[in-house]
Amino acid sequence: MSTVANTLEGLAGSPRSVAPESRAIPDARLRRHQRLDLLFRLVTRAFAFLVLALLAAILASLVAGSLPAIRKFGLGFLADATWNPVTEQFGALAPIVGTLVTSAIALIIGVPVSFGIALFLTELSPAWLRRPLGTAVELLAAIPSIIYGMWGLFIFAPAFADYVQPALTATLGEIPLAGALFRGPPIGIGVLSAGIILAIMVIPFIASVMRDVFEVVPSVLKESAYALGSTTWEVVWNVVLPYTKVGVVGGVMLGLGRALGETMAVTFVIGNAHRLSSSLFLPGNTIASTLANEFTEAVGDVYFSALIELGLILFLITFVVLALSKLLLLRLAKREGQKT
Amino acid sequence: MTIYARRIFVNRFNLAVSLLTMLFGLFWLGWILFTLVDAGFRAIGPELFALATPAPGSAGGLSNAIVGSFAMAAGGTLIGTPIGIMAGIYLAEFGQRGWLAPATRFINDILLSAPSIVIGLFVYEVYVVSTRHFSAWAGIMALALLVIPVVVRTTENMLRLVPDSLREAAAALGAPQWKMITLVTVRAARAGIVTGVLLAVARISGETAPLLFTALNNQFWSLDLNAPMANLPVVIFQFAMSPYDNWHALAWAGALLITLGVLALNIVARVFFRNRTATY
Repeated sequence: MSTVANTLEGLAGSPRSVAPESRAIPDARLRRHQRLDLLFRLVTRAFAFLVLALLAAILASLVAGSLPAIRKFGLGFLADATWNPVTEQFGALAPIVGTLVTSAIALIIGVPVSFGIALFLTELSPAWLRRPLGTAVELLAAIPSIIYGMWGLFIFAPAFADYVQPALTATLGEIPLAGALFRGPPIGIGVLSAGIILAIMVIPFIASVMRDVFEVVPSVLKESAYALGSTTWEVVWNVVLPYTKVGVVGGVMLGLGRALGETMAVTFVIGNAHRLSSSLFLPGNTIASTLANEFTEAVGDVYFSALIELGLILFLITFVVLALSKLLLLRLAKREGQKT
Repeated sequence: MTIYARRIFVNRFNLAVSLLTMLFGLFWLGWILFTLVDAGFRAIGPELFALATPAPGSAGGLSNAIVGSFAMAAGGTLIGTPIGIMAGIYLAEFGQRGWLAPATRFINDILLSAPSIVIGLFVYEVYVVSTRHFSAWAGIMALALLVIPVVVRTTENMLRLVPDSLREAAAALGAPQWKMITLVTVRAARAGIVTGVLLAVARISGETAPLLFTALNNQFWSLDLNAPMANLPVVIFQFAMSPYDNWHALAWAGALLITLGVLALNIVARVFFRNRTATY
């Protein structure tokens, strides 16, 4: 915009020399507008800076709040699985593992499904269905997470316990070693249920990023592959996917960032038990669910600051994941700019 | 089987799977909406809007929570929107050079997806701790912090869609830059910006996690912004986790209200945007 501003100043100045008496903009008015321009620019700049400062403030306040716990437990906090408010011994291992495991389950289920949906929306769907179906998938993202949680607790978990869990135990539970993950009491709530609900919640995010990046593939590339006799699947697998690889990974990371920080849905269905267990059927917890459950009831400085340190860990993990996602998507956008 | 037959088979199979995944996604949407309508409508009646949240076992409604949710969503939107629009204007109109704009853009996108519970922790640390009590103001602050990134993003995107010829035309007429931006480009991008604000409202009206540590909840009628205030998401959380049947019924009714509101906002935003931009 600065070029426009320069031209503007030039235009405002030049008529004076040509037609000094009639068309001139009075000096005072010109200066006033220049001052207002500067003011406007500085004010908007200040607000942009505010957004930046917000992140710094969040980090600073979380670090300040967790200092007592950091001083008391040091790095051992990350590797300790005890969580005992009575003796004031706290370790973050169980919630960290719970967070990672539920998010991993969400991605294992969510990524292939999202790919299928994006493929359907970009390559298969009739044109008139594209918009309604795309909107429907995005509405899945708009449903508040507490609704997923409530539905998960009252509707999904009982059905899961009655039909799916016994079937899983009978099939996957028979596998040596890994089978232990799928054995246990079929109570519906637990780590696996939380992971599945998370999968439903991240599908719309990943699917819409994938759809958007699939759409940037130049049609010349796809048409060339079709002309050589490729099937639709071969075009998608060998042309579209390699071209958009970076963006697809960026979309997956975005979904992962969402899954890691998801609070209410997980709090309802994970069962909230501070322990590491060998079965995915047993209750567990995540960082966010621990915060939601215990924060308002925490007594004592150490308990409090341990919880805030959990929040800090969560923020740092999601920050790294989301930053990676953003960088990958930027890389794809840059390449797209070069090609055209 | 020849290689051609195999390739055709693989193609058909994978495309069929793709269709199934689409149905899989729609299946959950349908199931959730069906449950909500089924369980929610049974609990909806005139008392729901007339009475405040009851004690276990007695009759009551959600009036205090509905009003509280409206008040806090409105407050958060009123505070967050101007900040977001100003920052968005800087990114779109002045953000071509320097370090601030790219850094802000990057950080804003991260804030957009950052866990909302951390925003709750932040407001708790800086506001609730210093005032020593939970309050509606704290809830409004947390919601405003969630509105800002959404509005920044849409404002910038929409301003960038405004053709430069409009800016050049304004400049050629001798308009100063602040007039050009406020009277020409922002006005041209108005439909898009309003859409962004509507989507931000939709997002915050269902947020629970940041309100747990800030606005908390209130069993009674309260419009005092310096006291804890009832709100639908936290009421749903408390009531759904409780063992009482009448609380469960109210939680379902609240869940239906929130979902209908959020989905309606989303659809209105889309339709509004499509209609208003189609004329350009």
